[in-house]
Amino acid sequence: MAMIELNGVVKTFVLHNQGGAVIEVMRDAGFSVAPGECVALSGASGAGKSTLMRMIYGNYLASAGQIRVAGVDLVQAEPREILALRRESLGYVSQFLRVVPRVPTLQVVAEPLLTLGVDAETAQARAADLLRRLRIPEPLWSLSPTTFSGGEQQRVNIARGFAHDYPALLLDEPTASLDAKNRRTVLDLILDAKARGAAIVGIFHDAAARAEVCDREIDVSEFAPRGAA
Amino acid sequence: MTPLLQVRNISKHYGARMGCTDVGFDLYPGEVMGIVGESGSGKSTLLNCLAGHLPPDKGEVIFDTRADGPVDTVTMSEPARRMLSRTDWAFVHQHARDGLRMTVSAGGNIGERLMAVGTRHYGDIRSRATDWLERVEIDENRIDDRPSAFSGGMQQRLQIARNLVTGPRLVFMDEPTGGLDVSVQARLLDLVRGLVREMGLSALIVTHDLAVVRLLADRLMVMKDGHLVEAGLTDQVLDDPQHGYTQLLVSSVLQV
Repeated sequence: MAMIELNGVVKTFVLHNQGGAVIEVMRDAGFSVAPGECVALSGASGAGKSTLMRMIYGNYLASAGQIRVAGVDLVQAEPREILALRRESLGYVSQFLRVVPRVPTLQVVAEPLLTLGVDAETAQARAADLLRRLRIPEPLWSLSPTTFSGGEQQRVNIARGFAHDYPALLLDEPTASLDAKNRRTVLDLILDAKARGAAIVGIFHDAAARAEVCDREIDVSEFAPRGAA
Repeated sequence: MTPLLQVRNISKHYGARMGCTDVGFDLYPGEVMGIVGESGSGKSTLLNCLAGHLPPDKGEVIFDTRADGPVDTVTMSEPARRMLSRTDWAFVHQHARDGLRMTVSAGGNIGERLMAVGTRHYGDIRSRATDWLERVEIDENRIDDRPSAFSGGMQQRLQIARNLVTGPRLVFMDEPTGGLDVSVQARLLDLVRGLVREMGLSALIVTHDLAVVRLLADRLMVMKDGHLVEAGLTDQVLDDPQHGYTQLLVSSVLQV
């Protein structure tokens, strides 16, 4: 059975403060991802890759259709059902790190585990292991990541996204702004996640990375409404 | 699962002027709900109606009590409601001096709430007060100082300690970070998040600061002219707002 499944998904933006402009960006989007499978969303910039991924996370509201992740339809679900899904089953590595200022990096990475009720020691050990693998120097662990460089923040974000073994995982440009060694580490993390049975949807501009970890590609421009550019 | 709080059709008018109209929602255990809107949108009126500080003109505020299950707190007796507000409820005011006794020591401020629920042993009260001062990062040798000798951020943390010492299940917060400078704000946000997670608290937080709700709240309600215009997951409402007013609100935030 599919872990992630989309059917007839439509997305329309209504801009009330810009003359009520109605912009239909996606029509009849549908695909499914099985456990252990990694699917890349492709298409030109502006085709709707990020919009589609945000809808799968429940961050954007789909206008119609079904988006099922681990049995929950995000289009119909109550906020608390989506929150539970995100806590337990659906991980998301975005391109931006958003954290409470002044919270130490180790804590930021351990947090998804702590919210699941994992004891502090185990959670921190897991966080330390990921930070080490991603080459964040240990003296930085007790500092807030808000002062880190772009690449370091991206790696902290990845560590946080991989702290818990989510059965479904969304990755937005996980290898962007990484050097060769760290890029390798991230690809290995993705391969490990696949091996344990995670269903993954990713956006990869890095063609070699995409070829290595993805089983197939879905061209998002096929979901563009007719008549649109 | 039974909601901790079920709010139904709450309306409050001040003469001909509208405070809030027909507001309803459910809050579940462990959830943090943000309420945003501009000044005069009715968010503080709503919070005060829910917390029993203002009698609503109509509507129900059903709280899942420990002893008797769901009970409408609007129609419950005044003593019963006061008991709730000392035990299972907590209210954190925007101005700490509204929620503290400024002429009583920090330890006394925390101890008062414990004594209100029947604690009498001086040593117990003192040690729990010390413990809470530590949890909100106030040095324990300040226990005998009056809050008037504290900075604004320390007063706000003391107010939180005073409120949470009785282990409430629902916390109302009215602009908890308003008027604090940003570094103090960050520390307070981290403190509140940690307490929510460790104690399994539910919270209703009124604020006009969208950055605060993004970091603290799971769910968000947007109010305008006394009406609830949009509600949903916090990040969804902020990133893909559906209502014209929310779109305006989100697009008006200055970028740092």
